[in-house]
Amino acid sequence: MEIVVCIKQVPDTTEVKIDPVTNTLIRQGVPSIVNPFDKNALEAALQLKDKYGAKITVISMGPPQAKAALKECLSMGADTAILVSDRAFGGADTLATSYTLAACIRKIGKVDVIFCGKQAIDGDTAQVGPETAEHLGIPQVTYVSNLDIKGDTAIVDRECEDGYEVIEVKMPVLMSVIKSAAFEPRFPTIKGKMKANRAEIAVWSAADVKADEKRIGLTGSPTKVSKIFSPPRRVQGILIAEPTAKESVTVLLDKLAEAKIV
Amino acid sequence: MAVIIDEEKCIGCGICETTCPFGAISLKNSKAIIGLACTQCGACVDVCPVGAISRVEVAQEVTMDKTQYKNVWVYIETVEGKIKNVSLELLGEGRKLADKMGQHLAGVLLGKDVESLSKDIFAAGADELYLVEADELAHYNTDGYTTVVANLIQEHKPSVVLVGATNDGRDLGPRIASRIATGLTADCTGLAIDDETGLVAWTRPAFGGNIMATILCPEHRPQMGTVRPSVFKKPLLDYDRCGKIIRVKSTVKPEDIRTKLTDVVKVCTTCCNLEEAEIIVSGGRGLGKPENFKLVEDLAEVLGATVGASRAAVDAGWKPHMCQVGQTGKTVGPKIYIACGISGAVQHLVGMSSSDIIIAINRDKDAPIFQVANYGIVGDVMEVLPIMTEEFKKRKAC
Amino acid sequence: MEFELTEDQETIQQMAKEFAEQKLAPTVEEREEQHIFDRSLVNEMCEAGFNGICFPEAYGGAEGDYLSYILAVEELSKVDDGMGITLSVNVSLCAGPIMSYGTEEQKQKYLRPIAEGRHVGAFGLTEPNAGTDAASQQTVAKLEGDHYILNGNKIFITNGSEADTYIVFAMTDKTKRLKGISAFILEKGMPGFTFGKRESKMGGHTSITTELVFKDVKIPKENLLGKEGEGFKIAMTTLDAGRIGVAAQALGIAEAALAYSIKYSKERVQFGKPISSFQAIAFKIADMAMKIDAARFLVYRAACLKNDGKPFSKEAAMAKAYASDVAMEVTTDAVQVYGGYGYTTDYPVERLMRNAKITQIYEGTNEVQRMVISGALLR
Repeated sequence: MEIVVCIKQVPDTTEVKIDPVTNTLIRQGVPSIVNPFDKNALEAALQLKDKYGAKITVISMGPPQAKAALKECLSMGADTAILVSDRAFGGADTLATSYTLAACIRKIGKVDVIFCGKQAIDGDTAQVGPETAEHLGIPQVTYVSNLDIKGDTAIVDRECEDGYEVIEVKMPVLMSVIKSAAFEPRFPTIKGKMKANRAEIAVWSAADVKADEKRIGLTGSPTKVSKIFSPPRRVQGILIAEPTAKESVTVLLDKLAEAKIV
Repeated sequence: MAVIIDEEKCIGCGICETTCPFGAISLKNSKAIIGLACTQCGACVDVCPVGAISRVEVAQEVTMDKTQYKNVWVYIETVEGKIKNVSLELLGEGRKLADKMGQHLAGVLLGKDVESLSKDIFAAGADELYLVEADELAHYNTDGYTTVVANLIQEHKPSVVLVGATNDGRDLGPRIASRIATGLTADCTGLAIDDETGLVAWTRPAFGGNIMATILCPEHRPQMGTVRPSVFKKPLLDYDRCGKIIRVKSTVKPEDIRTKLTDVVKVCTTCCNLEEAEIIVSGGRGLGKPENFKLVEDLAEVLGATVGASRAAVDAGWKPHMCQVGQTGKTVGPKIYIACGISGAVQHLVGMSSSDIIIAINRDKDAPIFQVANYGIVGDVMEVLPIMTEEFKKRKAC
Repeated sequence: MEFELTEDQETIQQMAKEFAEQKLAPTVEEREEQHIFDRSLVNEMCEAGFNGICFPEAYGGAEGDYLSYILAVEELSKVDDGMGITLSVNVSLCAGPIMSYGTEEQKQKYLRPIAEGRHVGAFGLTEPNAGTDAASQQTVAKLEGDHYILNGNKIFITNGSEADTYIVFAMTDKTKRLKGISAFILEKGMPGFTFGKRESKMGGHTSITTELVFKDVKIPKENLLGKEGEGFKIAMTTLDAGRIGVAAQALGIAEAALAYSIKYSKERVQFGKPISSFQAIAFKIADMAMKIDAARFLVYRAACLKNDGKPFSKEAAMAKAYASDVAMEVTTDAVQVYGGYGYTTDYPVERLMRNAKITQIYEGTNEVQRMVISGALLR
């Protein structure tokens, strides 16, 4: 089985702090990590590899530094890694990014399953997966929480509002994976890490993936960021800190009753 | 547009480097350099003390006649034969956009035996309803729904398409956008018409909720966006309004649908349908261990509330992902949100700050959750919760 | 002289740090308090590949160097010194002598499973009446046909009842005293091989220390490690290497104590100021840091010498004695920085102080280390 996992290197947004004076982002010291949902996606791929045997190729579109993220995936057990990197990709929105990833996957050749994380924690769009599937003309299943393969068919649990749907789909298929107990990412082994340290990562340019220059980067992106600003702060509410928990609760309930909330 | 740096003017002060929300600027030989991560947001342009940074237009090939695109569409999502709240919310917002643009508002409804919903759609503000009914569309599926909606768009050319940012909406939206090659802005929390350009200004949180970005789609039509549930209020339904039903035949054949739905499993948890809930009681890491979620559930039961969880609690495996409130989970907007032992990391706040009333219980008086809370109790959540449950029970009995 | 770690060394250091923070830190207090040796956590540590860092790929290892392994012991010990010693015993005391003295068959059968993270190892030398005086061994192995028959017992055995593979020393010829000791590889479950009580200790509660009991245990002849009579040499060279592991464990404990002291002294306010602004505390922290850095260089030097195949016995003894003495001093100082709170079990520094103590004792007391050092100098 041939598997491609699409990953993204992201700043660890849970570590981002806001400067209380200027109300702007403090980026310093924020580590770059593999997008957490992508690690769930890689885990899903690795489980298929463990069970049925597979070759896993991890791909990422990004700057040269993103090689570190690809290496981390190799250390977890992926077989090869490709970085799609070119100045011409700069400023890409989800449509241009998915076009580029699709071009890369086409160059890889025959692929049975493509895994993506549900969304990246910096952009939070959850769009690149489905858009890539459409570019490739293959079916998609999003919000995947568990899966198995029978012959040429994937049997997939897809999370919905109050449970999950069971979906059968013939491969090739693209799946976007959520954080679920079934896909808790494995800890890389030391052997894997050392191997990854020595691995060469192929870098493909726009020309390498035969991308149409009108459809990549800024030029290929229909959406434009017009403004960035800090989220507004809310007004301070009422803080209750009575000597005992019981008194605090009584004060709260009285205030709620007063305000006719309860 | 592209952001460029005038090397002659740049003094290498590094202010732009620290300002860039995307970390796209670096200094090389005491000159600022713009890297691949640049999104042309322009945050650096305003802060440069010597005016060395500017945004310039990059000619984009205009392939379409934008003037042909008119009207605002709302994709109507249903669950068990009823319209989802988010679709009604979007009809309300869509009405405002359409009025500002001087255009019509239309709903797009797919399904089987769903015509009876049209009166609600018109009552919520739609002028027209594109109604597509077929056996193949009885339940949401990516292939069938994408084909039907994409074909409708290509034929009728709306200027704006709004989709709820639900699981299905976020499955469908990008698939359509990719097929018709237009821009889609994800997970919006603000919609407006840009005064200067007349475009829809889509505002959304990014970076784990640490920043807000306003996005435009200048040269492509329709302008598409998914919009978070519970951010906007439902419009008042006016059943005196009526509209025109435009029936469209589905061309989808059973074999076009490549995914086969074989089962729907309801996991009966207390956190079903957070997005529709009126009262939510959420627990976080402050609860200490999974067993203590019982205290949250007890309070929820007394209040008839739904149970949510913070990312920390979900990451620790105490609650399933579907209970998660926040940037990477659900966005909720209940009348009352009670946060128990949740410190209030910004990525959580993004998911619940549009609640009407926020009540927080936390041991740390400096916890960020108190900055958004209308009422806060400083105290041990394990001690406060049982008392609160008891007191609510007592007062309810009165 | 290079003070920079290589990419591989940094990778392993980082991995050990992440493993310790993600997997060990959340439960270490609870395990320490309730004396829990968590076998599943140990398995996770082994499966992540820590056992195999410095062994050749031919035996399931990662082909890393000795310093990389020492860095791992140090990082794990910063969070959970019990896990640090478990690793050190697996690698230095059990897999190590098999690597150095084992036959190809023994390496494939016993070294590989440890290096691949499937097995846990232990080392049995100490007896009730043979601690520092190893020559007073009472455990006896008698050759009968193609088997040795082993009788006796060993005490204070780290990983005791939990190991899969044991290196055990016994007298094969009492008349030859030191030259009459031989080393054997035992497997858990061999008939007659049982375990005595788990020791109740002052600290180090996340590791397990047990008595080994041998009653007519039949050991196949091919499980003799090295030659008959080579046991004492094997034990001494094994302990030489093991000391670097203990030194790294002590270093980790000391570094944790320093980190806690820095954090606490900045937070704790007395007389309206954080106590770190008082010279009495600030200088104490400076002294702690100096001693730790000096200890670290001794430890890393010993590891590099061993890795390069150079003599390292004296340097390992210096590293072990100094680092463990520093650990004791620094953890005691950390309790002092915390004041009354430091003496309570609500804060971690009393645990570090208790756990530092053993590093001055095991794998050769610090008195023995000074014998080794002075012996080498005064030859």
